[in-house]
Amino acid sequence: MSQAKDALPRASLDKIPLVLIPLIAVAALPLIPSLPTWVTLTIAGLAMGMMIFIMASGLTLVFGLMDVMNFAHGAFITIGAFVATSVLLPLAAWTEADKLWLNLAALLSAILAAMVVAGVLGLAFERVIIKPVYGQHLKQILITMGGLIVAEQSIHVIWGPDIIGLPKPAALRGSFIFGDIAIEKYRVLAVIVGLAVFAAMFGVLNRTRIGLLIRAGVEDSEMVEALGYRIRRIFIGVFVAGSALAGLGGVMWALYQETVSSAMGMQVMILIFIVIIIGGLGSVGGCFIGSLLVGLMANYVGFLAPKIALGSNILLMVLILLWRPQGLYPVAKR
Amino acid sequence: MNNLLALSGVNTRIGHYHILQGVDFVVPQGGLTMLLGRNGAGKTTCLRTIMGLWRASAGRIEFDGADIAGRSTPAVAQLGIGYVPESMGIFAGLTVRENLMLAARAGPLDERRLDWMFGLFPALKKFWQLPAGFLSGGQKQMLAIARAMIEPRKLLLVDEPTKGLAPAIIAHMVEAFRELKRTDTTILLVEQNFHFARALGDTVAVMDSGRIVHSGGMRELAEDEALQHKLLGLSLDAHQ
Ligand SMILES: Nc1ncnc2c1ncn2[C@@H]1O[C@H](COP(=O)(O)OP(=O)(O)O)[C@@H](O)[C@H]1O
Ligand SMILES: [Mg+2]
Repeated sequence: MSQAKDALPRASLDKIPLVLIPLIAVAALPLIPSLPTWVTLTIAGLAMGMMIFIMASGLTLVFGLMDVMNFAHGAFITIGAFVATSVLLPLAAWTEADKLWLNLAALLSAILAAMVVAGVLGLAFERVIIKPVYGQHLKQILITMGGLIVAEQSIHVIWGPDIIGLPKPAALRGSFIFGDIAIEKYRVLAVIVGLAVFAAMFGVLNRTRIGLLIRAGVEDSEMVEALGYRIRRIFIGVFVAGSALAGLGGVMWALYQETVSSAMGMQVMILIFIVIIIGGLGSVGGCFIGSLLVGLMANYVGFLAPKIALGSNILLMVLILLWRPQGLYPVAKR
Repeated sequence: MNNLLALSGVNTRIGHYHILQGVDFVVPQGGLTMLLGRNGAGKTTCLRTIMGLWRASAGRIEFDGADIAGRSTPAVAQLGIGYVPESMGIFAGLTVRENLMLAARAGPLDERRLDWMFGLFPALKKFWQLPAGFLSGGQKQMLAIARAMIEPRKLLLVDEPTKGLAPAIIAHMVEAFRELKRTDTTILLVEQNFHFARALGDTVAVMDSGRIVHSGGMRELAEDEALQHKLLGLSLDAHQ
């Protein structure tokens, strides 16, 4: 036997999509008038990408596992943001205090509350709304759209119809200054939280048995059942975790914009759909890279030609799909 | 001899189609039963119905003394039934090791059983940490079979394991099933390849148009060419 024939095929991560991130950043460099502006925009883009990832990751897994497209996902984002107003505004004494730990305690309480509320509502939503329409795509679209409208109206009833202002905690305002370069503190926090969520997700998916089941289920849920596992239970867990993460993303996004409105979930959903399509439906790694690409694109183009910022992301999606029709990391489906 | 599995009057409908129209056959304990029949006869539908992947609209499926018709797929699998689908159902993005770990519901992989399986399928050892999508068709089939037997199972359902494989690999597969037969596992194997079937089968059931048209010992069918011709037509020669 020849050596070549016996050689092991090498299984390595497909790194080409990773290269796209520095590629976009470098491509933007000559278009932007000054280096400090470019650095600021790049950090802003990465921070925005991380927040989109937090909001989008659950949705891509939910789709991958059970082919459920949940258009109401944005409602959990909005609800997370409103819950944050209910926690942070009464805690103004903490958020305005000059002590970092009090600021962070307030923020953590808001995050915890938002994740619990979004997670519990996610559980109820899955049991009442999604469960009856498994495998029926048209009904899923209609009923989750309906769920979104009901959620928006309920928010109006509970929190009123007006936009609510939500200032950042005192310690997270302003920027770190390095020479000519200003980096907003809150963006640094967003990057840290996003990386932490990605690392945690990566760890669960690749190092635990549940994660193994989720990855297998995304490929072929029927075979997972034939091996003796109840895929529905795994799916419910993923749905609840995805909803809770949407709630977390809602808090982060609300503090980033410092305003909360009942339409905010719907607004970011457009970017989220672009991201999960770019990444490859069901792929968490693809979702992460897609988020960063979309975040960078939104900030560079938003600076150069604000009117076409959204259009540029749609164009990005189209180009990526022309190159890889199943997204950056296609999930092998049965 | 005891029957581990017995189907009686099983009907399965898929959408508007009435596919299984009263299927009756038995799988004796400890033996290898071949389910033969031309393409489209309903063999795959039959295995899927046993696994609960299709719901029988009528009839009984008795396994180990209990009627399992209508139970969910995970519940059926947990009774000790391993399933190798026609598509093999390999998780391409998971490594060989991970594919086997998932199949071992009881927990960590049993080293001795693993060694025994590596003896049957050396390629699995060689490609242990490789995503299964990189395996060749024959290696994938071996992984699919290994996955169904990584823990002792009472019954294995295997759907056309020789489909699309080269003769040398089929010969290897025959050896592996012979070894598996020594372990007391009861097997129901769907085949189109009559030579493969004759080499392994103890008993046989032949399907046509959603019904069983013949059942009995493998040897009688193997020795009766007229009967083979009547039941299986020309398809048996087309496949060797
Ligand atoms: N999902 C399905 N939808 C509709 N008809 C099906 C489906 N699966 C199988 N059939 C039909 O059922 C019959 C039996 O198919 P199958 O059980 O796959 O046969 P075999 O495995 O013996 O080749 C065929 O006529 C096939 O077209
Ligand atoms: Mg078949």
